[in-house]
Amino acid sequence: MTQSDLITILPLLALVVWACALLLVDLFIPKGRKGWTALLAAAGLALTMGLTLAQAGREASGFGGMLRLDGFSTFLNVLFLGSGLLGVAVAYGYLKRMDLERGEFYSLLLFSITGMMLMAQAADLIVIFLALELLSIPLYVLAAFARPRADSEEAGLKYFLLGAFSTGFVVYGITLVFGATGTTSLAKIVEVLAAGSLGTGSLLLTIGAALILVGFSFKVAAVPFHMWTPDVYQGAPTPVTAFMSVGAKAAGFAALMRIFVMAFPSLSADLTPVLWALAALTMFIGNIIAISQTNIKRMLAYSSIAHAGYILMALVAYGNPAVAADSVASALFYLVAYAVTSFGAWSVVMSLEKPDAKGLEINDFAGLGRRNPLLAAAMTIFMLSFTGMPPTLGLVGKFFLFRTAIEGGFIGLAIIGVLTSLISAYYYLRVVVTMYMREGEPQAEGEYWLTFTTVVTALATVVLQFLPAALFALAAGAVLK
Amino acid sequence: MNFGSIPLTYYLVLSAALFTMGALGVLIRRNALIIFMSVELMLNAANLAFVAFARQYGVFTGQLFVFFVMTVAAAEVAVGLALIVAIFRTKHSIDVDQMSSLKG
Repeated sequence: MTQSDLITILPLLALVVWACALLLVDLFIPKGRKGWTALLAAAGLALTMGLTLAQAGREASGFGGMLRLDGFSTFLNVLFLGSGLLGVAVAYGYLKRMDLERGEFYSLLLFSITGMMLMAQAADLIVIFLALELLSIPLYVLAAFARPRADSEEAGLKYFLLGAFSTGFVVYGITLVFGATGTTSLAKIVEVLAAGSLGTGSLLLTIGAALILVGFSFKVAAVPFHMWTPDVYQGAPTPVTAFMSVGAKAAGFAALMRIFVMAFPSLSADLTPVLWALAALTMFIGNIIAISQTNIKRMLAYSSIAHAGYILMALVAYGNPAVAADSVASALFYLVAYAVTSFGAWSVVMSLEKPDAKGLEINDFAGLGRRNPLLAAAMTIFMLSFTGMPPTLGLVGKFFLFRTAIEGGFIGLAIIGVLTSLISAYYYLRVVVTMYMREGEPQAEGEYWLTFTTVVTALATVVLQFLPAALFALAAGAVLK
Repeated sequence: MNFGSIPLTYYLVLSAALFTMGALGVLIRRNALIIFMSVELMLNAANLAFVAFARQYGVFTGQLFVFFVMTVAAAEVAVGLALIVAIFRTKHSIDVDQMSSLKG
């Protein structure tokens, strides 16, 4: 292993070693004191975050070009580690309250984050496949973590079967791309494509790219590959759902951006219409079905599907070299906006959740405005941010997405985006109306770290919008070269 | 390069057939174990095509990839079977049509 290899994977290495050690150390932590495991997990994440930030701005490539360290990977790694830290913060009290305190939760979380970071750094289809599995397999276990509760087990099995199914598509797609180009390295694929015609290979390449797109559409929950999302989000323990909706989605988009923007710009003539249809369908179906939901977890699941559609909208223009940089930057920007908003909303949901999946109907939020004004105000901020209304980060994020779509010449798609955002206002604001206008006596959990997460994400949602330029510049600096 | 007398196309046709059977199996069958076996069939279809391509190009990457897929599939089997056993204990069934406590 050369020095460059080591530099490239240093944060990853630190985290995976820490996760393995944590698995071992947890054996010696008695039941009832699993707070120490949570603390150690957070320390590991903070250490890795420190290493990642120390490497910011540095570019390196390791293991024969299979892994890369660049602005793109640093940006996403910070996002993954941040969502991991928030995940640990909300999980600690939740697991205790729901009587699920088992130490392996935190190790599995750390392993999953390792997979996500590997995904952000991958520059080879083999590594992308490994990263996909490394992030997914711990999540299958985490989704079923509340066993023997039937709905959690059901969520785990559904996530597992559909996740494995989508992996099948990704692997077959990679095979066909390899068959067409003779290499799995993204950089070499670009070289082969630039060198000239592939003959019959070009058909293989297109089918391969389409299969990879199908596989990752499952991961990011784009319509029509979204069927698992509501069930899994509803059945999984809520901290896992929060982490999944942020981390797994961002990792899926990381892979899509790496593969498509870096290796397949030449296929854009074939793929752009497909992406266009995927984005439009996802925005439309996600928002329409969300209207009829009465369970807040299911509603947020459909909302997460709809947001995948908005991010896909930015990627439709990926093949246009003048817009490609903006399309990646605005997608990354929106992933951050979505991450803080989504984590905040889920943390409010956790505050009201009672054992045995009670307290999760939207009606259970009635009266929160009078009973707990702080929590209700935070939830209002998150709902406004999801809708894309001021004064929140969601508005700025959507602005960049729509701008990218229009720059790329997809005005129709941008109009669909605006119209579906209007539709979404109906069900997001219904939560706000329920909280403030209806009578009820909800009992909110006042656990310290949960409140901390709610407050931090609410502040971030409001404050970050005042520095969109700085954040967007960071995202733009992260764009793949 | 040819493989004895068998051309590459034959391998690809077989692999595509296996993949289609696997995908259809996942969509049609209702038993979680059989769905899972169908997924494995899809992965192995990819493996077959990968080895055939690797032979054609004369590079090792393809064969390496197959080892990765096999290892990861084994890890997936461990988790998947554990989930199936856990759900069988709760529900005494692994029919996916009966997994309907979540809907809306």
